Order: sequence, then structure tokens, then C-alpha cells
Amino acid sequence: MSLDIDIEHVRGTFRLAARFTAQPGVTALFGRSGSGKSSLIDIVAGLIRPRRGEVTVDGQTLVDTDRGVFVPSHRRRIGYVFQDSRLFPHLSVRQNLLYGRWFSRGEGGAAGDFGSIVDLLGIAALVERKPDSLSGGEKQRVAIGRALLARPRLLLMDEPLAALDEARRAEILPYIERLRDGTGVPILYVSHSVAEVARLATTVVILSEGKVTAVGPVLDILPLAEASDGGSALEAVVASHDETFQLTTLASVAGELQVPRLAAVVGSTVRAYIRSRDVMLSLQPPQEISALNVLAGKVATISDGGAQADVRLDCNGAAVMARLTTKSVQRLALAPGRPVFAVIKSVSFERS
Amino acid sequence: MTEEEWTAVRLSLLVAITATAASLPIGIATAWLLARRQFWGKGLLDTIVHLPLIMPPVVTGYLLLILFGKRGPIGSFLDQAFGIVLAFRWTGAALACAVMGFPLMVRAIRLSIESVDTRLENAAGTLGANPFWVFATITLPLCLPGVIAGAILCFAKAMGEFGATITFVSNIPGETQTLPSAIYTFTQIPGGDAGALRLTAVSIAISMAALLGSEFLARRIGARRLAA
Repeated sequence: MSLDIDIEHVRGTFRLAARFTAQPGVTALFGRSGSGKSSLIDIVAGLIRPRRGEVTVDGQTLVDTDRGVFVPSHRRRIGYVFQDSRLFPHLSVRQNLLYGRWFSRGEGGAAGDFGSIVDLLGIAALVERKPDSLSGGEKQRVAIGRALLARPRLLLMDEPLAALDEARRAEILPYIERLRDGTGVPILYVSHSVAEVARLATTVVILSEGKVTAVGPVLDILPLAEASDGGSALEAVVASHDETFQLTTLASVAGELQVPRLAAVVGSTVRAYIRSRDVMLSLQPPQEISALNVLAGKVATISDGGAQADVRLDCNGAAVMARLTTKSVQRLALAPGRPVFAVIKSVSFERS
Repeated sequence: MTEEEWTAVRLSLLVAITATAASLPIGIATAWLLARRQFWGKGLLDTIVHLPLIMPPVVTGYLLLILFGKRGPIGSFLDQAFGIVLAFRWTGAALACAVMGFPLMVRAIRLSIESVDTRLENAAGTLGANPFWVFATITLPLCLPGVIAGAILCFAKAMGEFGATITFVSNIPGETQTLPSAIYTFTQIPGGDAGALRLTAVSIAISMAALLGSEFLARRIGARRLAA
């Protein structure tokens, strides 16, 4: 699958100009609210007609304003999971799930049969109920199943977790991961949460004020992301488990990390997400402190943003972000090239 | 009740049901156009649909007579091309009732279509449903209570229509004498009070039955929607 986008769109005073190619896997469209993420995927879905440009999926032109091509949304076979699940209130969960399948009969495309998708999403017990009686998390899982059963060749997800609380998010994220790893349907995933993107994405497209500012693999791009909950992702291998203290030791290019016992087998790869505000810097190797994880590195860049500064470290080739006060930056006389030790207070580890 | 009175009741029901059934598809289509589409002349269409509501019924009836009368432009065409004659026939009464009830029907249906979330329609589109199927499987079921309300309003209006009907198709017993016309006739003859009262009672009974029927249908649809 390949998705090529090169469009310009104007709505009121907002101007969107985006050009990128999405690879197989999960491509995250990442940016603050109002950066044009949702408009962009509405254009891919065919809900918005762009002022100018082209959208191509697998070599089929969906939009080409120069040639007057505009394939309506019902002929695109692009699944869409909305932020507000948009289940049909007059139909049962089963009828909702089978809705798109009825229109895609006889056509190819990814996605398995009803039973396997219902199992994948853990919604077998819900199929006879009405959408009104479902919780927010259940609704989103049904919406994902409904989009998949229409046999899409591309799945769009517009902040599918934004309307949910932390517990419901944790409930759904594993299902999206299973989707990514199991169904082979490429996903274009809109989010403004670095943690979600770090966990799910293969490729990241960063949008800012209607423009694409960076495109690339998640581990390279994420440390560049300007966001209030900024952070960095590290790929690591499970090295060993310590049953006495219930800890797991991970090996990454940046160094060893010890984290609370993970339910992952030795040798498997996990992706760690470190929030920049959970990283402290020290000029000396810290001794007799409670934090277990200290990584040695060098200051790569310092972005100055008033009272706070984002310091990007180069830890043996891996990027780690730290958020400090500008006062601390001055006190430690931090500058690019200076060796430092990063004390990591907490890490979230997700299987990748 | 006399045979003549029963004839008027049967005729009224026939006229009102025909008028409602025939105008329902056009009413739904018009309401959908007004609720969901932007096009040139939309304001004009809206005005024409609403005209019978604000014009005196006699004026509507007279316009129908001019247009659909045997020598009228539409009437003579229908007569020569299909042999259909509306003037002074019960079918003409149904046309007059349909025209008078149409604005009420369209208003009710349009409001209920507007209350259907377009985001649900968009979602159905991304699942592969073309605009017709989106309407048939999403919009129509969700606005069904409004469609029923519109149909009942049109039926009630048709049962009570007097001015346009009597102007267009006159007051011929057995052919165009509907309940209101029959009641009017009774009030014009000495000793007709008893007949007028009987027909009035029938008229009230039919109206109440229609109202209760619509309430029942609306509640069933609501209950089905909420059923777990």
C-alpha cells in the first residue's frame, strides 16, 4: 500500500498545504489541535474536496483537481474510525458491524471474517446490543470493527482515543496494536498524544499550522516534535527478568534500563517512551540516588522557549529529550557537545 | 346513519388516504431537497410548497380549476394523453386535499431530516453506501417519526379540507361530496341538524383515531430504538 498526498486547501483564514507519502504500517499524523490533521484525513476519506492537489492510493487516483477527478467517499474503500464513534443508533451492534460489508460484497481488500474481527476486538458479547447501551470504549471498538469489516484498503483513525479516559484508552490501545500487527491494513492515525504515537506509529508526519514540518521513522522524528507532553522513544530488547525485585532489564543502544517487571519474553523488542519532564540532567555520574536508570550522553541541541528549555541528548546515537528550566540550563552551563548524565525518573514501556 | 352519509364517510376516507399516500414520496423527496441540498431556486421551491398554507383555500381551489380543469393547460393534456379527468371527480378532490396538506407534510418531514446527524450519513458513505442507500438505511429510519407525523398531519388536513375541494370539484353526492361538504349541505337544509351532528361525531372519531394511531406508531419506533 502506498498513499501519496499533495494537496492545498483553504478554509476561512486557515491554509493547509501538505505533501507526503505514507508507507505500510501505522503512519501517525501528529500535531496540535488546529494544525490541520483532521482536515487532511477528511480529504483522504473524500469528505472534503481540496481546493487543489492529488491523492493517490495504490496507484489509483482518488483526487486530481487538475484533471477534475474526485472519487466520492463511498467508492474509495477507505475505512474511517471517528473520534465520536458515530455508530448508527437505530441498528444493533451486529447490524452496525455488517453495514459496510453489505456494500463491499465481492470486492477484495484486507480484513478477515466477522468472527475473527469480533474476537480480535473482544466484542463478541456485545453484538446483540444497541449502541446506546455501550460504554465509550466499547463503542470505539465496535466502530473499529465496523470500519474493518467494510474491507478497507486503508484505515483512517481520527483521534479514536481522545474522547476516552485513561482507563478506556489503555483498554483499546492493545486492540489497535493487534490490528496493526495482525490485519495488514495500513493505518493513518491522527493524534496529538506523543505517548500514543510513540507506541503505535511506524512513520510520523508532523503537522504544524497546516504545513508538514517533518516526516520519517518514529524514533527519528518524535524527539523533534514540539508538544506540551514531549518526549522520546527508545527501542530496546528484553535482556533479563529479576524475579526478586520484580524488575526487567532492557538493553538499548543508549544503555541498560531497569523497569518494573514486563510481561514480555526475553529477547523480544519493546518500545520505551520517556517523557522529557521525567528526565533530570547531572554533570557528574550521580551516586546514591533512588532512580535506577542513568544514561550517559552528550547535549545535541537546546531549544530555548522562555522559562523552559528542551534539551536533546545524544546517548550513543539514540535521542533522549529532557525538559529543564532555563535557569538550570544556565547553572549547568549546558551547551551542545557537553557530556551529561540523564537521570530517568519514570519510563513507560510498550511492546512494539 | 343513512346510506348517503356512509357514502360521504367512505369517500372522505378514500380521498384522504389517496391524497396522503400519493403525496408521501414527493413530500419526502421535497423535504430532503430542502433539508440537505443547496441549489438554484431553492427559495422559490420553498415558497411554492408553502403557498397553499397561506393562500385562501378558495384561491388554491380556483387555481387548480384553471390549471387542471378540462380546458386548463394541464387538465386538457392529462385528458387527451391519458384520458385522466380530475375536475368534478373524486380524484380531483384527492388532488385538492394533497395540495392543501403538502406544506404541513413537508414541514414536519424536513424538520426531522434536519435533526438527523449528517456525521452519521458521512460515516455510512465511508462504509460504501451511495447517497441513495445512505438515505434509505440511515436518514429515513432516523427521521421516521417525523415522516409519520407529516403523514398524519396531511391526512387530517385532507379529512377536513373544504374550501379548495368544493371550488375545484364541487359538491356532488357519491363523487366529490366529502364529510365537510356533506356537513355543510346538511346545515343548508331544514331539519338537517341531526345528520350534521352524526357526521360531526364520525369526523371527530376519525381524527382521534388517526392521532392515537400516530402516537402508537411513534412510540413503537422509539421503543424499538431503545431496546437493548
